[in-house]
Amino acid sequence: MENRAVDLSAIERIEAARTAQITGAARPAKVVAEGVDVYYGAKHALKDVSVDVPDRGVMAFIGPSGCGKSTFLRCINRMNDTIPSCRVTGKITIDDQDIYDPALDVVQLRARVGMVFQKPNPFPKSIFDNVAYGPRIHGLSTNKTELDQIVQMSLQKAGLWEEVKDRLQDSGTSLSGGQQQRLCIARAIAVSPDVILMDEPCSALDPIATAKVETLIDELRSQFCIIIVTHSMQQAARVSQRTAFFHLGTLVEEGPTQLIFTNPKDQRTQDYITGRFG
Amino acid sequence: MTVTYFAALCALTLAAYIIAVRRSSAIANTANGRQRLHSLPTYHGLLAASLVIFPMIAIFALGSPILSHEAATNALSHFPADVQADAMRAGATLRDIRNLAAGQHSGEASDALRAAADSYNSTSTQGAYILLAAGIAAALLGIAIAFRLISPQFRARNHFEKVVNVVLIACAAVAILTTIGIVASVLTETLRFFFDPHIKGRPTVTDFLFGTEWNPQAAMRADQGDIKTAYGFLPLLTGTLLITFIAICVAGPLGLLSAIYLAEYASPKVRAYGKPVLEILAGIPTVVLGFFAALTVAPMIRGFGQYLGLDVASESALAAGLVMGMMIIPFISSLSDDVINAVPQSLRDGSAALGATKSETIRQVVLPAALPGIVSAFMLAISRAIGETMIVVMAAGLAANLTFNPLEAVTTITVQIKTLLVGDQEFDSAKTLAAFALGFVLFFVTLMLNVIALRIVRKYREQYD
Repeated sequence: MENRAVDLSAIERIEAARTAQITGAARPAKVVAEGVDVYYGAKHALKDVSVDVPDRGVMAFIGPSGCGKSTFLRCINRMNDTIPSCRVTGKITIDDQDIYDPALDVVQLRARVGMVFQKPNPFPKSIFDNVAYGPRIHGLSTNKTELDQIVQMSLQKAGLWEEVKDRLQDSGTSLSGGQQQRLCIARAIAVSPDVILMDEPCSALDPIATAKVETLIDELRSQFCIIIVTHSMQQAARVSQRTAFFHLGTLVEEGPTQLIFTNPKDQRTQDYITGRFG
Repeated sequence: MTVTYFAALCALTLAAYIIAVRRSSAIANTANGRQRLHSLPTYHGLLAASLVIFPMIAIFALGSPILSHEAATNALSHFPADVQADAMRAGATLRDIRNLAAGQHSGEASDALRAAADSYNSTSTQGAYILLAAGIAAALLGIAIAFRLISPQFRARNHFEKVVNVVLIACAAVAILTTIGIVASVLTETLRFFFDPHIKGRPTVTDFLFGTEWNPQAAMRADQGDIKTAYGFLPLLTGTLLITFIAICVAGPLGLLSAIYLAEYASPKVRAYGKPVLEILAGIPTVVLGFFAALTVAPMIRGFGQYLGLDVASESALAAGLVMGMMIIPFISSLSDDVINAVPQSLRDGSAALGATKSETIRQVVLPAALPGIVSAFMLAISRAIGETMIVVMAAGLAANLTFNPLEAVTTITVQIKTLLVGDQEFDSAKTLAAFALGFVLFFVTLMLNVIALRIVRKYREQYD
């Protein structure tokens, strides 16, 4: 985007500095997208998207339905590969490594980029096996004790340990919706990814479960680079440090969350956050 | 006469419908403008029609057997008491009477027979008229009631819902009662086989269940006296199990793996053609597969066995099992394919997003989630294999050998049932009744398999949506 970083207004620089303070230090970008276009067959779903996602912290993608925010999210772990008609052009790098490089192992990429889906999708296995699934297939533990530790740590980080420690052998599907979603987050954490993608993780949850997941996201931002797609602007405002606004397949505006919500540069962003469309 | 009755039934039902629709429409359009009915005229019509059709069917269903019984009793009263008392002779006489009454009697008819036939005819005709009159009366009564009931407040729509309910229950009851009837009949004959003192050569229950020799064909006539008759069921059981086991060993892996290929790897085009072709395999008549087994597979196995220096019977369990395995592949593949497709895509996505490869996802997520369905597919296939007769008759022979050697000839429960009942049989000989005992055991085994399958499915069923 040409309006990105060309003219940092004074307030944005101050906000950026504050955000950097909150999140620790100013860090280099973790995920960098340059001129990404996505086509579903003949449909041009995403047009020339360029964005830098900083390491450590939460970036929110907002925008009306069908604006391409989820499509872009799924480009970052190449989940779009599973859709035969989907074609991606442009460049996305994670830690300066091109993830669309033909030599890159997609399976390894997905181990580095975890994903939490819109609807909780625990496997029909025990809670323990759900969390142990990733570590087992990637051989992250050499023995049972290590695996136990990984599972426990992941569940603790996901704030679920106290609720399930006595019933790790129960089916993951027996948990409540909010617990299932935190189980899915624990499952993603268990393979120690660098980036966690969340595709509307709270849209199927009630307000109390949503609050728990949001608290959890806030706790996790010091350790991971988190990108969250959300329909709820309040949620974006609550959990993210940076926000990107998508509209009709283009990235309209990106910047520190507070700035986007208080002083957007683009009229379309203004209209969306004040509820005039979308 | 039956035709007349049902013509009247149709006409009266239609009349009731039309009358009720017209009447309710007329009430709706009264002189002082349109009046609102609770139910649409169609519902009033349907309710009136059901008030005609069900009583008429009930009268016919109850009246006909009574009528036929009356006619038979009246006709037989022309014969001496000893004929009436002996069920066998009474039956034969009755057949003669009916033939004569229908004008198909061959040969000279006695006076008594002619009188009986006349009586039979007159009773039948009179009874039919009475039946028709009763039916029409009931129908008219029904129409009258329906006519009186029609009013703006009458809830015909809700009442018709009850009629629908009763019809559905009746349909379900037919299936259930048929099952109960078949089981009861097989069970009765089985009990006769074991416990009826009039049956010669019947075995005890222990002899039957644990005997190791099956030789029911022997000693049926007096001049064969010294050949031992044996009803040991074990060789049949082992034969059945052996062939079923071989069939499942063939069909299980092939069917499941082809299901996985079709559901997960095949392109939509391959799938669109591959699945129907596989299902055609299920449509091949088993008798065709049977001679394929007997004429092609069995000699091939025999030749191969000789090459290896093995002694293979020309009719072997292996040949029958292999071909039967081919037969049940479509059951396993098609059903498993369906259940694998039913596993939600979100689970595959979740696994892929964790960095699992496709085969890891299938092995660790998709198959466990689809397990209940796969188990029931296997159980259905096993039931088919156990119940299959034709292939075994042609390829595995009739010799009841107690063996687990797949290279020998064996026989199965179904084949023996068929063998026992083929040809002219006395119905109360041990040999014929043995078929019922075998049928009962077969039914019991399949029932147990189904129960086990249901248990497994219930235990491992996972809630995903």
